[in-house]
Amino acid sequence: MSRHDAGKPEQPPREAWLGEQARKPRRRRVVLADSTKARGRALRTIIELEEQTSVGEKLVRDLIRQQLKSAFGMAFAVLIGMCLLPLAFYLFPQIGDLEVLGIPVPWLVLGIAPFPILYGVGWVFRRQAERHERDFVNMVDR
Amino acid sequence: MNATIWSLSAIVAVAAVTFLLGYVGSRKANTTPDFLVARRAIPATRNAAAISGEYLSAASFLSVAGLVLKDGVDALWYPVGFTAGYLALLLFVAAPLRRSGAYTLPDFSEARLGSVHVRHVSTFFVVCIGLLYLVPQLQSAGLTLTTITGLDAWLGGLIVTVIVVINVLGGGMRAITLVQAFQYWGKLFAIAAPTFVLFVVFLASPDRGTQPISDDGVVRFPQAEKVTVAEQPVKVRVDEPLTLRVRGTIDGRDANGPVFWGRGVYELKPGTVMEFTAGSPVPVVEGSPTTNRDWTHPQTGGLSELIGTYSLIFATFLGTMGLPHVLVRFYTNPDGKAARRTALHVLYLLGLFYLFPTVLGVLSRLHLPQLLVTGNTDAAVLMLPEAMVPNLGGQILGAVVAAGAFAAFLSTSSGLVVSVAGVVSTDIMPGKVRDFRWATVFTGLVAIALAFVLPRSNASLTVAMSFALAASTFCPLLVLGIWWRGLTWVGAVCGLVVGGGVVISAQVVSVVSTYTGRWAPAFITQPALITVPLAFATMIVVSKATRRRVPPDVNQILLRLHAPDPLGFIRDRDIARFGTAEEKARLADGKRSGADRTR
Repeated sequence: MSRHDAGKPEQPPREAWLGEQARKPRRRRVVLADSTKARGRALRTIIELEEQTSVGEKLVRDLIRQQLKSAFGMAFAVLIGMCLLPLAFYLFPQIGDLEVLGIPVPWLVLGIAPFPILYGVGWVFRRQAERHERDFVNMVDR
Repeated sequence: MNATIWSLSAIVAVAAVTFLLGYVGSRKANTTPDFLVARRAIPATRNAAAISGEYLSAASFLSVAGLVLKDGVDALWYPVGFTAGYLALLLFVAAPLRRSGAYTLPDFSEARLGSVHVRHVSTFFVVCIGLLYLVPQLQSAGLTLTTITGLDAWLGGLIVTVIVVINVLGGGMRAITLVQAFQYWGKLFAIAAPTFVLFVVFLASPDRGTQPISDDGVVRFPQAEKVTVAEQPVKVRVDEPLTLRVRGTIDGRDANGPVFWGRGVYELKPGTVMEFTAGSPVPVVEGSPTTNRDWTHPQTGGLSELIGTYSLIFATFLGTMGLPHVLVRFYTNPDGKAARRTALHVLYLLGLFYLFPTVLGVLSRLHLPQLLVTGNTDAAVLMLPEAMVPNLGGQILGAVVAAGAFAAFLSTSSGLVVSVAGVVSTDIMPGKVRDFRWATVFTGLVAIALAFVLPRSNASLTVAMSFALAASTFCPLLVLGIWWRGLTWVGAVCGLVVGGGVVISAQVVSVVSTYTGRWAPAFITQPALITVPLAFATMIVVSKATRRRVPPDVNQILLRLHAPDPLGFIRDRDIARFGTAEEKARLADGKRSGADRTR
């Protein structure tokens, strides 16, 4: 089977997916739907974003930087925490002798503690990320 | 015999419910977007249950407890890493990946980098990872069926393959979503209920299950035990001298009758039968701690074990985001925000599940020391209920566990088959529903053939290998592709080939070493610590060298990946390629069918 011939014609052109097509109908919708000035300004910002004017590009870069910063911060905190544990166990084997309620501490630290911590970090990140996005939409939608 | 009947009926019930839900789910599935991404209309909580159901494979359900039995506290890094992977996925990948509008991982790489070459290379690695993950599922299915019914091992893998292929043929992603969501809750019950009951039995037993151990802390057999070495040769370490009866081959010499074993390592050929008397010390499979002290204390294996632990943390933390069958489920969310919520809910569901295998592993150390001799510890969860409660109750608990294990094979295999078939049908074939069905059959056949050929090792270890492969290929591709404007397709291809190539060679070397005496060092059996930074470095350096190849529209693409959903930048590529004329018009209008339905 010649897969290149078979697959290609159906592949939509990259430009179509990227939005040349999408831009025109968006403008039309503005005019028909809502002609107040505020809406118009908001949509102009959206169009600026799509057309990558210097303003639009700066806005997006800032958003991406913000999101990356919170993601990286949390990933590093978690990864460092996880990587310190084996080293601590290796350097200080006496940790293994400690017990809480009859259960050795390493079993508690590895068997139970990580799960609520991971969920907690995820929860905080979700809140931060959604707040960044809300701020961005508010800024665009002024 | 009664136990067999209970277990078989439980397995048949799981299979029947799977068929039924698959049928219900597939009634409305008839277009390619249905088969690939379930029309992107799965609500976050159900999708999270489906992801967890798919993710909790044989490795989680059977091997985690087995590894705890064998390796003790250090084995707990597996569940921790398996869960933490979803945090990395949530932080770096979930929402932007959904917003890309791609329908498979290769499709994402082409959309982002604008090159069909990177698409082809990604396709190759998706198929590799998918099969590498599928094979241990089918092999463990064989083991499970042998353990509980005594039927031949190949039958279990075959049954799972047939059920999965038939279900996927019916409705692809649409059909299996409901099945997998149900199977998560089924598995949670199947592991939680026996854990609670057996824990109560343990607390109520007069001696609290205290175990006879020697002065050095070596485990002793509580009663006389007969142990047979299964299909692969085993090396055992003896720390305390013992006498036993052996029929078979030790260190290449035939033996029949009483044998004295001093301290040292002995190699046993398959089929060797050992009879231990009550109270004799337990020889332990080479590579695992022999004394209870080493078992309860972390990091007793020296520097090489420390490196192995770090490699495992790296592979699981970063590998989850590169697993194609996990990622494809994130494409089924309606939008980026829902994808993020899904990932968070998965963290909760997995954390809940992983509390239980640890307890079962500890309990089986007390009651099933004979598994330490053969290293066949995957069977621990299945055998524990009857070992602790030798009556009807134990048989019913055993049946519940067997059903859960079977659900684990079914749901994971379904997800893998759908993701591999989706990639094969859209990248190698034209991508019609008919092609998807052929690709499903093809995937099933290849997987079952490989399952017979490749050596069977601990499911968690093979799975850890596919995590290493995912972490060294798709993790850098996704992270750099989503967050760094400078990535070029040349850099991506080089990174994929270098990272993936090194991991696959390491895998080949370690398979050879299992056949010729397990000489491979830790960094070859667990290569992620080296290969992940290597893949990242290759992608960055080559991309910098080929800076002219950065796609000219990179800013627009990054806008699309990161712009909040209400701004309406998502364009689903599956509709652009496979949708009806009406759907395409709606897509051009900036509305999506999925969004209308869920808001």
